[in-house]
Amino acid sequence: MELYKLTAHELLEKIKKKETTSEQIVSDLTKRIKGVDVKVQAYVRASSSTLLAPDSKPNGIPVSIKDNICTDGYNTECCSKILQGFNPPYNATVISKIISSGNSFLGIKCNMDEFAFGSSTENSCFGPTHNPWDLNCVPGGSSGGSAAAVAADEAIWALGSDTGGSIRQPASFCGVVGLKPTYGRVSRFGLIAFASSLDQIGPLTKDVEDAALLMNTISGYDPQDSTSINTPVPDYTKALINDVKGIKVGIPKEYFVEGLDPEVKKIIEEAINKLKTLGAQFKEVSLPHSEYAVPVYYIIATAEASSNLARFDGVQYGLRAKAEGLVDMYKKTRSLGFGDEAKRRILLGTFALSHGYYDAYYLRALKVRTLIKQDFDHIFKDFDCIITPTAPTSAFKIGEKVDDPLKMYLSDIYTISVNLAGIPAISVPCGFTKEGLPVGLQILSKHLNEEMLFRLAYTYEQNTEWHKMKPKL
Amino acid sequence: MSIDKKTVEDVAHLARIELEAKELEKLSKQLEHILAFIDKLSVLDTGNIAPTSHILPISNVLRKDEPRKSLPIEKTLMNAPDKQGNFFVVPKVIE
Repeated sequence: MELYKLTAHELLEKIKKKETTSEQIVSDLTKRIKGVDVKVQAYVRASSSTLLAPDSKPNGIPVSIKDNICTDGYNTECCSKILQGFNPPYNATVISKIISSGNSFLGIKCNMDEFAFGSSTENSCFGPTHNPWDLNCVPGGSSGGSAAAVAADEAIWALGSDTGGSIRQPASFCGVVGLKPTYGRVSRFGLIAFASSLDQIGPLTKDVEDAALLMNTISGYDPQDSTSINTPVPDYTKALINDVKGIKVGIPKEYFVEGLDPEVKKIIEEAINKLKTLGAQFKEVSLPHSEYAVPVYYIIATAEASSNLARFDGVQYGLRAKAEGLVDMYKKTRSLGFGDEAKRRILLGTFALSHGYYDAYYLRALKVRTLIKQDFDHIFKDFDCIITPTAPTSAFKIGEKVDDPLKMYLSDIYTISVNLAGIPAISVPCGFTKEGLPVGLQILSKHLNEEMLFRLAYTYEQNTEWHKMKPKL
Repeated sequence: MSIDKKTVEDVAHLARIELEAKELEKLSKQLEHILAFIDKLSVLDTGNIAPTSHILPISNVLRKDEPRKSLPIEKTLMNAPDKQGNFFVVPKVIE
């Protein structure tokens, strides 16, 4: 059987009808991973770890997990040398929720850019993941392993994390669905922190219905995360409505300018036309501070990262370098353990927070963040959602941008504002380039309005065939 | 504003990172390039804008001051690079 090809909701239906079992699904998935992961390399430590965590329930569907989400008893290393061998003593809240919902998770984890620093999964200490649609291309990042695993049918569904686009951009590059929830909707407890005011865990799935199902499982208030929102979680599957008549959509003009690949632009315009014929109402809007999102992000995110990563000092876990004295141990451990991008970001963030530069960089960035948030508040007074491309291009070649960090940063130009404003956004497959690479459509809505994203994404998906396409592997 | 090699060295010390000469050279150039890009923020007048350090209107989130179960000592220490009894061992701090 080829159960691995199916979505979670299809498999749940089969289990209900007693046509298959959780065990069969896992055994099929194992064969698939053994068959194609040598090419894709979506998983890390694949040979050394047990495939399935033993908490597996008889009716559950296994979830694949990014390597920065703590799994009790299963290594979680953020794909960094500095966390080599780290075995978390507890589960992240999302993992506890997956287990208590009757599902399971894989003990091998999905590849990522070290500490989620990157947009291509090339910054992993385990080496890059390959895009299932073209093995010479990157899968995007930083949740590139999760996205590639779902696209290659090496995962039924997966969790990633999104600080500036790290779920949506790889979803776009790999032709899968990826959702960044409202900040505070999903607990960050047990997510190894990158930038605490921006990070959110979210689903990467084969279709919109699976994203709604997984959101039902992982969302909700958690007293262990002080930034968690204490409001009830709706049943997101109720928002899977195949109807967008009268929905008001804004198209920000700042997202359709120079830098957007003409082929991607054409594909996005076709998707917009499709939604128009289905009854959605479109109007051009303006998000005037869009061009400042990337610089603001690279101050705020690196400042928070430099502070969060101070805990990796060789004392309590992970790598410890041989050294003379304590400060020397910190320095040698961190120099040996962190990769280039991690060092770059720690230095940039430390600089932005340091005496004499704080006001000019960090404080100014926080103020411009207010302006970016206000841009969105203004639009959402009159519009239900905003539609944009997820990324300015389709997947680029492995190695193409590694030597130019700034160029790499700009591949998140359309996703970053969402994190700065704390709003939710989803990326859904909306077409392919001439080279056969997927393109994603991004839908944004106001705080806690994930239901609007699901409704639009579901309607688009049900009236197109893109989500049914599979890469040849 | 730009960043020179001396500043990068100072910042690296603050961040407890050691850089080899070649690394310092390369990183200084890259950081200068990135900061030049970031400097576009200086054209905005942000005088009267309140900073947003956190997007949610929640503050002073406190938990009840009650004893709770904590991780057992073995689990707390299981990832320690060096340990002795119930302690993490670090290099000698006081001479």
